[in-house]
Formats: sequence, C-alpha cells, structure tokens
Amino acid sequence: MGIEIEKSCVVELSNIAVSNTHGEDSPYFAGWKAYDENPYDEITNPSGVIQMGLAENQVSFDLLEKYLEEHSEATTWGKGSPTSFKENALFQDYHGLHSFRAAMAAFMEQIRGGRAKFDPKRLVITAGATAANELLTFILANPGDALLVPTPYYPGFDRDLRWRTGVKIVPIHCDSSNNFQITPEALEAAYKEAESMNTKVRGVLITNPSNPLGATIQRSVLEHILDFVTRKNIHLVSDEIYSGSVFSPSEFVSVAEILEARNYKDAERVHIVYSLSKDLGLPGFRVGTIYSYNDKVVTTARRMSSFTLISSQTQHLLASMLSDKEFTELYIKTNRERLRKRYEMMIEGLRSIGIECLKGNGGLFCWMNMSPLLEKATREGELELWNEIVHEVKLNISPGCSCHCSEPGWFRVCFANMSENTLHVALERIRNFVDKLRASRF
Amino acid sequence: MTRTRNPDSESESESKPSSSSSSSTGMKLIVPLQGVVQGRGGILLGSLIPCALFYFLQLYLKKRRRSNHNNHSSNPPSPSSSFPELPRTPSRSNLSSRGSITRARLSRLASTISDDDSAYYVGLNRASRDPYHKFSNPDGIIQLGLSDNTLSLDLIGDWMQKWGSGGGDDDLSINGIATYQAFDGVDELKLAMADFMRQVMGRSVHFDTSNMVLTAGATPAIEILSFCLADPGNAFLVPTPYYPGFDRDVRWRPGVDLIPVHCRSADNFNLSMTALEQAYAQARKRGVKVRGILVSNPSNPVGNMLTQDMLYNLIDFAEDKNIHLIVDEVFAGSRYGSEKFVSVAEILDSDSEYIDNRRIHIIYGLSKDLALAGFRVGVIYSFDRNVLAAARKLCRFSSISAPTQRLVTSMLSDKRFIQDYFETNRNRMRQVHDEFVDALSKLGIKCAKSSGGMFCWADMSGLIKPYSEKGELELWEKFMSIAKINITPGSACHCIEPGWFRICFTTMSLEEIPLVIERIRRVVEVCKSSS
Repeated sequence: MGIEIEKSCVVELSNIAVSNTHGEDSPYFAGWKAYDENPYDEITNPSGVIQMGLAENQVSFDLLEKYLEEHSEATTWGKGSPTSFKENALFQDYHGLHSFRAAMAAFMEQIRGGRAKFDPKRLVITAGATAANELLTFILANPGDALLVPTPYYPGFDRDLRWRTGVKIVPIHCDSSNNFQITPEALEAAYKEAESMNTKVRGVLITNPSNPLGATIQRSVLEHILDFVTRKNIHLVSDEIYSGSVFSPSEFVSVAEILEARNYKDAERVHIVYSLSKDLGLPGFRVGTIYSYNDKVVTTARRMSSFTLISSQTQHLLASMLSDKEFTELYIKTNRERLRKRYEMMIEGLRSIGIECLKGNGGLFCWMNMSPLLEKATREGELELWNEIVHEVKLNISPGCSCHCSEPGWFRVCFANMSENTLHVALERIRNFVDKLRASRF
Repeated sequence: MTRTRNPDSESESESKPSSSSSSSTGMKLIVPLQGVVQGRGGILLGSLIPCALFYFLQLYLKKRRRSNHNNHSSNPPSPSSSFPELPRTPSRSNLSSRGSITRARLSRLASTISDDDSAYYVGLNRASRDPYHKFSNPDGIIQLGLSDNTLSLDLIGDWMQKWGSGGGDDDLSINGIATYQAFDGVDELKLAMADFMRQVMGRSVHFDTSNMVLTAGATPAIEILSFCLADPGNAFLVPTPYYPGFDRDVRWRPGVDLIPVHCRSADNFNLSMTALEQAYAQARKRGVKVRGILVSNPSNPVGNMLTQDMLYNLIDFAEDKNIHLIVDEVFAGSRYGSEKFVSVAEILDSDSEYIDNRRIHIIYGLSKDLALAGFRVGVIYSFDRNVLAAARKLCRFSSISAPTQRLVTSMLSDKRFIQDYFETNRNRMRQVHDEFVDALSKLGIKCAKSSGGMFCWADMSGLIKPYSEKGELELWEKFMSIAKINITPGSACHCIEPGWFRICFTTMSLEEIPLVIERIRRVVEVCKSSS
C-alpha cells in the first residue's frame, strides 16, 4: 500500500440517509438560514431577522423558574438521599417512573378541566411528541400505507410521519370557505383519493388545537371524524400538544371527552399524543407521551420507546412539579391568559394594517391572510411575497405552501417566542411593508 | 370460502379461535356433500349449502360476540394482562387485547414486536415481577440478566448529592436549557464527552466533537446507524454470541438483517476470519446485500477483547468488500482483566494515512461505564460527513434531555471524580468477578476467559439434557423456578453451542456471592441427580 491511497471508493449509504424526505431542503428553509445568519436582538442587532417561524412558548418561563427556585427538592431527589440519586441514575425501565406517569396523567386531566380521565398505565413515554407521532405511525401503518391528515398541517409531519416509516400522507383538503374546518365530504374525498392510488388508509391524524390554524376543532367535527374512522375501521391519532395553550378552557374539546361520553365504545382505535414542549415551554427537556386506549398499542409502543426514552432525572424533576396541583393550576391559568393577550395584540395590530387573520382560540401563532396582497394567487406568488418578507422586511414567517395549504396567501406567524417589545417591532415592520406595497400598486 | 371470514382477523396474531376452526369445519362439510349430491347442480349445491351454513354460523357468532362487549364501565379501561408486562385489573370488563374486539389493524412491525418472546425479555419481565430483596423478599428472583453495574453506584450517588443540585459553579437552574437545543447534543457536552472517551479508550486517542452525534442512549445510536448504513432487506454480519438487543435495534425498524458468524468455545469465542469470509460468501450466494460488520468490543456476552491484529483484519475485510464496520465499545471502560483493550479509534488515529476511516463507526454511551442508564446518553462517532449529516437529522427522534446534558457535562468535567470512579470500580469488578468465577468453577462450571464487560460466559453444557437448545431452555427454566435467578441462555444470544449462559456479576456484592452460588448449587444438584 502506498502513502497516497485512493479515496475514490466511497462506501454507500442507505436510501434513507440520502433521501430528502427530512424536508430540510425545502425552499422555506431559506427563512431559517436568513435568521441564523442575521438574528434579531433588541439591543445588539435591532435590524436583524425576527424569528416568527418557531412555535416556542416563552411567555410563562418566569413561573417555571420561580417554582424551581422555591422548590429545590425537585432537582435534589428528596432530602438529598444518595440512594435515591443512584437508583434514579440507573433506572432505565421503559415503563417510566410511576410518579412521572401519574403526574402527567393528572396534568392532562387538569388541562381538560377534569372532563376526561387518564389512566397512568396507558401512558407511554417518548423523548418528545416528534418521536411519539413517528412511533405511532410505525405501529399503525405498514410502509406504503397512508395516513389522512387535514391541510394545512405542521410541516414537520412530512418528516415525522413519512421519513423512516415509509408511510404516505394523503391530505384532507380544507379551505377558508368554512374556516378550514374538516368536512365529512373532505374526509371521504381523501379516502377515495388514497383508494384510487391503490393505497391502504390506516388512520386519520388530526392536531387539536390545529397547527398552523391556531384554532380548536369543534365538538361536532370531532364526532363525525370519530364516526368516519369507525365506519372505515381505521385509527385516529389526535395530537393535542397545544391543548394547554387554548385561551379559554371551555373552548377545547378533547377526543378523550367524546370517548368518555360514548362509554369508550370503539375507543381502541384512538390514540392521543401530548408533550410539554409547547404548553410548558420546555422543548429542550424532550418530554412526550402517547396515550392509547388500545392495549396492544400500549405494549408495542412501550417496547419501541426504548429508542426514545425520557431521562430519569427529567422524569423525577417533572413528576415533582406536575403533581403540585396548586402550581399547575396557577401555571395553566396564567399561561392561557398571557397567550390570549399576545394573540389579541397580534390580531389587533394586523387588523389596523388591514390584514385579517383566521379567528383563532389557542396555540402559539396566528394564521394570517395575505392573499389580497398577492400579485398572483398562486404558490409562486405566495413564495415571492414570502421572499420579500424574509429578506426585506426581515421576518421569518411560515408560508402556507410549506403547510400544504391549498389556498395561496396564508402565513403562520408565531408570537410567543419573543418579548412584547419585539412583537411591536415586528408589527411596525409589517405595517411599513404593507403601506409601501399598497402605495406602489396605485 | 374465505369471503365469509372477517378480513380483519387474518393478520391478527391472536385471531379468534372460532374463525379458524369454523373454516376447517366448513371444508369438512363440503367434501362429503359433494359426494352425496349427484347431477349437474351437485357440485354447485354441494359447495353452496355448507357455504350458507358457514355464513349463518359466522353471523350468529358475531352477534354473540357483539352483545358480550356492550357492557362498559364509565372508567377508562385498564390494560389487560394478556401481555406479560401489564397487570390484570378488575375493571377491564370491556376492552381486551385479543383480536376479537380490536378491529382496526396494527402494522406488521407491531405484530413482530408484540410477538417477541425471546428468553431475554421474558426473563427480565418475570424477574421484575418477583424481585429479590434482602429483607422484604428474600425468596424473590435475583436479577443477573441485566448488565447494570451497581458496584460503584455509591460513588455516583455521593457525587450527585454534592454537586447534582446546583451546589457547584455550574448554574443548574433551567435558564438556557428550556428552549430547543441542537438535536445532536450541546457543544459543552460533546467537548466533555470527547475528553471522557479519550480517558476511557486510551490516553493517546483524540476524539473530535465534529465527528460526534449524541443520542438518548446507545440503543438509538445503533438504530440510527443501521438506518444510515443499510436499506431494509440488507444485512450486517455479526459474530455470535451477540447482545440480544441487536435483534431489536437493527432488525425492528431499520429492517436490516443480522447474519450470524459463529464463534466456537475452542477459540474462546474469538472471531475467525475464515468464518467471516464464509458467511459473507454464503450471503452473496443467497443474493443478500451485506452492508457492514457489527462487532462489540469488549464483547457482550463473552467479555473478551478484539486484539489489535483482529481489528486490522476487520478493517481490511471491510475495505476489501467495500462495506462498513461498526464497533460497539459501550463496555470500553468496564475492564477488570489483564487483556489489553484497543479501541478501533486508536488504530484510526495512528494509521490515518493508510486507512479510509469513513467506513468505520463507533458506538458509545454512559449506561455501562458510568452506570447512568437512566439518563440516556449515547454517542455515534463517525468520520463520514454524510453519515454524520444524516444521523444529525435522525437524532431529533432520540435527543438527550437538556437538564441531563448539563448535569452530565458537569460530572464528566470533574476529572478527579472520573478517575476515582474508574479506579475504584475496576478493583471492585475484578474482586467480584474473580471470586464469582472461582466459586462457579468449584461447582464444576467453567467460564470463558473474559477481561471486560459485566458478565461471565458460563459453560453449563454438562448440566443440560438433551444437548440442544431445548435442553438449554429447560435448564434456564430450572434456574428461574428452582434457583430463582434470571440468567440469559446462550440461544437468546444466538450461540451455536448449547448450554452457555450469560451471568451478570456487577449487581452482586461480594457478600451476596455465597447466596447466589448456593442457589446455583441447587440446580446443579437437581441436574446431577436426574442424570
């Protein structure tokens, strides 16, 4: 062998490794790049790009910080017993700490105002809702099968539901004529579309409240979705990751409540995904759960969760915090209020510029309608406008086409990951941009 | 005939007993009737009548089943106990896991997973339901089937008590760690890990953080690498006996097959390159695409080490066939014997000009060497930019929790503690290992030569009858029920020679060895008396 060896014989990688189903090459990723290269900072970079494309909740962070300061036993494992430290460090049982599961179940009940009960033994822990959705897809569908997902939907689903699983997404088209609600006709049409492609439909996946709409799904719609999946004998996954971020608690109806009202008839086809990344603003902690009414799904999901467990340290910390009923009640109430305030500030601000948003009632974003400003009512027109907003107005917002919205001109704008000041700055920039745009057209 | 069967029951692993027996009953009806009814319409009628009877029978059975599960309580049903892990509760009058009520089907993968009843998992479950405790359950099952190390856990506990709650310089509040972090691990932890690995593998080896992807444990690290290096239906060659978990990590979701390369006791279960070549050639003949070799070093379950020569052979082999080499070094720091440990990283470090390192990937983690299994900290170390890029995207499904990243960074950076832990742990492991192996040999049970890992690879072939997997599993059952200890049978590790068992010794204190030996003696005596 000589000193210079030919490094031309490259070892092959898998199809998954080289595919782009992870979606990170899609055009709207340029928005993230623009932000990374020139991030806004109130003091050091006031003309930078403001990140409004990340659904992160920072409005109630102070409450968490305060709680942890006052309750240091959450981080110190009781009165500092070395036994409990070491037991915790070694604990890798995929059932998860019982105290943690009990606390999560109780927290989920609290969010739903006690209108639904959750049995801790049905909770499967995962490192985030991303993993939970992927895991469920692996369990409910074979490669080549499909899940029906209403549009517009969270762009990450293209990756989470399809990439490693090989499962397809067939869209359930929703439009602004009825506020993007899911109609029985749209459900049937999506099912037929899958059939025409010779694709087996295994389930419907909804997000409630919806991302990117920022609106809860009405009870009557949930009822007919449940009837639909029962009729077709398929599964229903309800991603309720924003359930604690609904501004007015009475406006959120969980599929769990409907099942309870139906005495759990046919419940074993329903599975709920939850996480603390949005409601509690702790995405770095990687805490997600699957709640299933199907025994086999629970057992299988648990075994599969070996690939995506929550750190025992984190479980312990959160078990302590989430079982503190006084704290969780205060947190949920305050968080809702602050999010509502932000939302209203956003809506009012946009309305005064003449931009309407979809009537929302939860989540960390609003669904903004800029279609009147489009040169062409097409996907290209939307991307052109978006490009201007990212590079000239310097706001990273998410274009509707990245959410597979069938109507061009809609944008998702996040408002909970910045200070109120920054939000005002963003609104000002939009105002200036829109004024200029309207002026140039006349 | 099949048109009348409920289509959903076809792929259910637990199908209704009635449907399978009804179809065979139906078949039995047709043939005699065909003989009875003569004439032009005879065959038609002879088929139609039993069909009709069969159809009405199915309808009747369906109606009966439906009325059975209309009794619902208003409480959410608790999971049933048809699967070993879930306890039976009285309220489950309605839901069951049997196929009769679960109409919406699950995937083929789900069936594979729920049907997995390897002795490895069954043993773990049984032991966890009747766990030994010195005072509260002295007759319980002693768990020797899980490679956990509790020998030096007191040191971990002490460190956490002192530093694990923000007592040190590091701010352990949630400031800065609540928000989204880089999915492949924060830089501080990568730096600390690189340095830790340098200490563990050999002081001369340099680990570069840009070649690192951190994952929630070594388990997802192996799975993610499998997803990156091979397509479903491809295969890795793996020397036997091997860690039972590989079957899960590589086969389940990545769909990659594991082709065993059998090692023999005559070689102390060291890999033979001839066997490797043969296995590769046979796979090719069968049309199977081999994408890589997967080895563990120190080996699980045997506990022996790959020599430097063998590592070079493996690298050459991988280069020759243009495939990958994955080396799982999770036990690198858990060494007690005299054999020298050589990390493949050391070879690559010293021979970087001659070897294309892009085909070599290392798995590591803190579950074994630092007993932090609960914290979920794993590493993929690779030199291939494309593998790293893909792995970085994939680890969003298996990221390490931010507060844990911070805590572990703090621990790994405490060099004095790490050194103290390793020294103390090595001594304790050596002590327990030597004494246990000695005691076993006094019972007539010899172990393979091992220098690392947390287990003895014990030869119990003299105690099994017949000399087969069946005999081995019967012995395993004896250990469970008579001796009440859970050990892992060699068949679960795909060992080609029956009678070998993996016994983890790192959850035993020196004082507990006599108790364990006594229980093993019970079984030895039962076997000897019955032969």
